[in-house]
Amino acid sequence: MYHTIVALVEDKPGVLNRVASLFRRRAFNIESLTVGHTESPGVSRMTIVVDSDDQNVERLTSYLYKLVNVIQVEDLTVLPKVTRDLAMIKVSATAENRTHIMQTVDVFRARIVDVTNSSFIIEITGDEDKIEGFVDVLRPLGIIEMVRTGIVAMARGTSPLYVNGNGNGVHA
Amino acid sequence: MKLTGAQILWETLVREGVDVVFGYPGGANLPIYDAMLDYPVRHVLTRHEQGAAHMADGYARASGKVGVAMATSGPGATNLVTGIATAMMDSSPTVFITGQVASKLIGFDAFQETDVTGITLPITKHNYLVTHTEEIGPVLREAFYIARTGRPGPVLVDIAKDAQQHSLEWTYDDKPIKMRGYRPDLRPTSRQIEQALEMISAAKRPLILAGRGVLLSGAMNELRQFAETANVPVAMTLLGISCFPATHPLNLGMMGMHGEAWVNQAIQEADLLLAFGMRFDDRVTGNLKTYAVNAKKIHIEIDPAEVNKNVPVDLALVGDLRDTLRQILAQMQPVSHIDWLSQIARSKGDSAVRDIQNLPPDDHLYAAHVINDLWHTTSGDAMIVTDVGQHQMWTAQYYKQDNPNMWITSGGLGTMGFGLPAAIGAKLARPEADVGAVAGDGGFQMTAAELSTAAQENVKVNVAVMNNGFLGMVRQWQEFFYERRYAATPMRSPDFVKLAEAHGLTGLRVTQRGEVVSAIQQARQTDGTVVIDFRVEQEDSVYPMVPSGADLHNMIRRPMPNPIAETAEDEI
Repeated sequence: MYHTIVALVEDKPGVLNRVASLFRRRAFNIESLTVGHTESPGVSRMTIVVDSDDQNVERLTSYLYKLVNVIQVEDLTVLPKVTRDLAMIKVSATAENRTHIMQTVDVFRARIVDVTNSSFIIEITGDEDKIEGFVDVLRPLGIIEMVRTGIVAMARGTSPLYVNGNGNGVHA
Repeated sequence: MKLTGAQILWETLVREGVDVVFGYPGGANLPIYDAMLDYPVRHVLTRHEQGAAHMADGYARASGKVGVAMATSGPGATNLVTGIATAMMDSSPTVFITGQVASKLIGFDAFQETDVTGITLPITKHNYLVTHTEEIGPVLREAFYIARTGRPGPVLVDIAKDAQQHSLEWTYDDKPIKMRGYRPDLRPTSRQIEQALEMISAAKRPLILAGRGVLLSGAMNELRQFAETANVPVAMTLLGISCFPATHPLNLGMMGMHGEAWVNQAIQEADLLLAFGMRFDDRVTGNLKTYAVNAKKIHIEIDPAEVNKNVPVDLALVGDLRDTLRQILAQMQPVSHIDWLSQIARSKGDSAVRDIQNLPPDDHLYAAHVINDLWHTTSGDAMIVTDVGQHQMWTAQYYKQDNPNMWITSGGLGTMGFGLPAAIGAKLARPEADVGAVAGDGGFQMTAAELSTAAQENVKVNVAVMNNGFLGMVRQWQEFFYERRYAATPMRSPDFVKLAEAHGLTGLRVTQRGEVVSAIQQARQTDGTVVIDFRVEQEDSVYPMVPSGADLHNMIRRPMPNPIAETAEDEI
């Protein structure tokens, strides 16, 4: 099954390579990986989706902790959480289907961010199901190009992942 | 004080207690070598950077201190790779320092540029690329800290040449090292200690699996106290050898692929396995599906990533082994396991009959005989460093090592060519020790150029080459599993006596059993490194053997001798 893992890592050169290299050499397939800044300077946050069983994800977590630049790792899979993916989709727009596309965009609460005589770029955020549903609807209309960011995830509730400047995970 | 990056490097190394470094100079580390002359550090010039890496590793294993090796950029650094991977697999505390091309050239395929941090990423505990002089001091301090704490391992620091050359105002910063992502100080909870005590007292057939973690943690006394208090027999991994006295009545010896059949049988029959600082390597477990299925398992291990990796355990105590054992011992009650110990003793008898030591004498010189005689002649007190192959297994079986940290071998990576350079490093760490390298004719030739290093540095090690004219372990697999089709295993070697003499060293040759002891004695009395060329039985095999992936209890046994010889007491 798909597991959504969040890793807080030091924002230093080469850290993304260390994490990606770990997945490769331990034979895990990355479905999606995103990296970005966090509320703490010097700390980046990775959201990684892997297709693996529980036991292997436990292994993966402890391997991640072996990386000196990894501060904290959490498997959010079974936690209540918000996950978001962002897609930009370029579709061909003709005089006949422009209105139809714009209505579809409204229904999905997406946005048109670029317009030409023959195309739109549509931006949509949401969980993966929503984006895939939207893509399915657009596909017959002619998708010219698409890009997705990969998912980011955050557990619901008050407490942050990152507590007191120190991870509560385990290291060796 | 205004210092160059290279000077800051040596200032830091000296403060870390470094007194010997092994290495090879080149264009990208010339500033480091130039500055070295002004510091009280002995440099050992090797003949190949792989030799330097194994020497640093051998130094670390023999001393418990961090071993240091240096190389230049490009080929110098890539030549270290095998040695770094060896240190990684066996958790050896080492720091590797490589020169890198000037920072403005990095990424432009400059002369002798390679991406060393990229290449060594999977084979180091951590690594650094340093492009600014001010980073050199702090990075090196972190490197030594990471190398020796937690589960030890190799750390590589790649330093751009311009960072070595630039000068800045510098004072030593000795504030405690703090890294957010590195916490080597885990310990089990008191509830987990209680659970362990409950499981131990409930066990009828407990058995300790002792690994290299016992040595790394310095838990030899605690292990012994544990074994004696609870009357638990101790089996050792290849790398655990010497962590528990071989002649102790509770010692079972080595487990696994070439462990004695009765030892592996005991593991399969145990109802509680106490895994101390070991990682259930495939050479130890055989087929995981049938491994110790009746036993509950307690794993005491400092690296959480080793817990439940190969073998699921019932209780994991993650933390330093010595501290954890002390906590357990404080509350542990004495127990006797008379039935269990006598059950093990009964199954031992059969193995003794099959033992090569008890075979009727013939004209052949067996490597196992040589090792047995080496053990006798050195009173079991030599520091033994092996290479990799059949001789390694025979040495593990027949050199009864009683003293901790006197057994050095490449276990996890199984690196041929490790023996001689590791022995040189070990001797420099422990000059008072009688250091013997045991190698095969194949592995010895992989790094035999380091004889020249031993000669130049006037380092005395005695090298016993078990020369059987084959890559023996591979030949054995070909005999057992490939219908004796000896593809690329027969090996012609140079005259090792003359090779030694060409280096200004002493070479001896032994072809008869009767010559073994006198040759060893002569080697020990001779100044300088001595190579003994033992011409041993060509097609001998290591028994018993668990074929790769087979059940631990299904071993290939040494064929029964005919007629059955009586046990020769003096050779046991």
